[in-house]
Amino acid sequence: MSILVGADTRLVVQGLTGKEGTFHTLRNRAYGTQVVAGVTPGKAGQDVEGIPVYDTVADAVREAGANTSMIFVPPRFAAEAILESADAGIDLAVCITEGIPVKDMAHVHSYLQGRGTTLIGPNCPGAISPGVANVGIIPPEVCLPGRVGFVSRSGTLVYQIVHELTQRGIGQSTCVGMGGDPVHGIGFIEALAAFEADPETDLMIMTGEIGGDDEERAAAYIAASVTKPVVAYIAGFEAPPGKRMGHAGAIVTGSQGTAAAKAEALEANGVRVARTPSQVAELVQDALA
Amino acid sequence: MDLYEHQGKELFRAQGIATPRGIVATTADQAAAATAELGGKSVVKVQVQVGGRGKGGGVVLVDSPERAAEEAARMLGADFKGHQVTQVLCEELLPIAQEFYTSILLDRSTGDYLAMMTAEGGMDIEELARTRPQALRRVHVDAMLGMRAFHVRELTGCLPVEAREGAGDVLRRMYTLIQERDATLVEVNPLVLLEDGRVVALDAKVTIDDNALFRHEDIDAMKAAFPIDPVQARANEKGLQYVKLEGNVGIIGNGAGLVMSTLDVVAQAGAHAANFLDVGGGASADQMATSLEVVLSDPAVKAVFINIFGGITRCDLVAEGVLGALERVDAQVPLVVRLDGTNAEEGRRILAEAAHPRIVPAATMLEAAERAAAFANGAAA
Repeated sequence: MSILVGADTRLVVQGLTGKEGTFHTLRNRAYGTQVVAGVTPGKAGQDVEGIPVYDTVADAVREAGANTSMIFVPPRFAAEAILESADAGIDLAVCITEGIPVKDMAHVHSYLQGRGTTLIGPNCPGAISPGVANVGIIPPEVCLPGRVGFVSRSGTLVYQIVHELTQRGIGQSTCVGMGGDPVHGIGFIEALAAFEADPETDLMIMTGEIGGDDEERAAAYIAASVTKPVVAYIAGFEAPPGKRMGHAGAIVTGSQGTAAAKAEALEANGVRVARTPSQVAELVQDALA
Repeated sequence: MDLYEHQGKELFRAQGIATPRGIVATTADQAAAATAELGGKSVVKVQVQVGGRGKGGGVVLVDSPERAAEEAARMLGADFKGHQVTQVLCEELLPIAQEFYTSILLDRSTGDYLAMMTAEGGMDIEELARTRPQALRRVHVDAMLGMRAFHVRELTGCLPVEAREGAGDVLRRMYTLIQERDATLVEVNPLVLLEDGRVVALDAKVTIDDNALFRHEDIDAMKAAFPIDPVQARANEKGLQYVKLEGNVGIIGNGAGLVMSTLDVVAQAGAHAANFLDVGGGASADQMATSLEVVLSDPAVKAVFINIFGGITRCDLVAEGVLGALERVDAQVPLVVRLDGTNAEEGRRILAEAAHPRIVPAATMLEAAERAAAFANGAAA
């Protein structure tokens, strides 16, 4: 078993016909993901390497039985694409698109409350359950099937740390990149809860970065509700306060949201915090021994 | 994007929020003329993208055009908290009865907007929130619901009765500004009740979402007022996130998380990063080349560490970009290159075949950090 994406995932790709959309969709399908449809308005009836294209997500749900969507449409239309997925009754929407205006995401956030659609992202690499299904842009070659669950704010840190795990022979149940935007779908808490409930996950890794208070809230949640071991890594100890570092998720303001404060909050709640990506793998190995 | 006060006030006025009459000056003479026009007295305020101006001597009351010229000359002649000063704002003095504080910001923890109001204006608001939280009223506003009458009543309920209507009107217009102009922060400190009963925004701190600038050409054009380092400008033009730091190892990586982690690992290896540079997802050969030019333009750089873990980024394109850049720039320092992920083998093969004397391939992130740190600390290439 795994969380979020698996053997019963039936994927529709919004923005399938774009260059990136096509490249990554075909890579996901080659990995074993059931890709059942694409959506590009005005291109219904076409196909991409045998994947039928529809005008709407509703059509993809009705005619191809899609239950999961992956979004590759440009930033100015991406929030609308998430809303369309939710409206069509999609269970899980994975939004890869980077650069969506945060106001649009605040509206999406509001609309999703109380609906059955789970969102991953935006500005995220998606999720992979190694050996079963890949929905997103995580390079599958670095993954290995196994029993460690992994959730991260940063995409490229997922690749780096999974690579370190795999090289030590430590496999993963599911790896989730939740994205670094200020307003996003599932966070550490939702992912940790799902891993806690997953009988095929023995240990969880969470990797955070400076900005916001997601890590601090996750630390409190772990202390209260998580029984499986958790290993953490925080990036940004060298980031000077008050400077923006790359994407919107990484903003330091004063003393709050620093890497040191986050590491301290996690350690105070019994989470082992690694200082380098390689050390994450070492701590996991120790914890599983 | 953080706006200057006078730019924020321009948006305020367009939204119908009252502000004092003000004139922007870029020279001491202009500040004197502006003060004369405003009746011979004014408040001269430094225009910078940073807070704490009052305490830092960036806001001064003057009682003559000559004094305005003196203060403007002082402000324009020096940096303010490390920010270059090219403009001051001269504003009319108004008869103030009472000062308040109000703000609306995007709350990333809750995915909605947080509106705040207190009757204790002019104070350090973070200090107030810590010491007397009950004096600060807070209301969460759902983006789809918008700001409702009950929100406004709750917020303005902490103000004196005679200020409530005027302040409520300002709040509604601030929220409209947030929604219509894609602001993530609108802060007024102080919001004042005048002796004649009007409520006026004496200050304006406005942050606009960079991701939404495509739909606000007029606000995007405000960027032109900000002094910018030419290296920074070059990076921004190509969509690269570049931040200058104090060390001597130039860093290029993909993804903010991995780049931040790279800075940390270099520090643990005994050196410090000269910069943060995120080439972003799907970096092209041209972006890679520009990244290298930007990083190498910093004379402090003694070694460069290129750390790429390709997801959407393809390592073969990265390798081509590095080689392309080396034809354009004469690199005097070693470039430690570590490639993994999408098309990494192809990328490594391209670099191996080129056998460029400056390129030092490394198998892991840790090894690359150690090598780059050693070069920066004087090891021979």
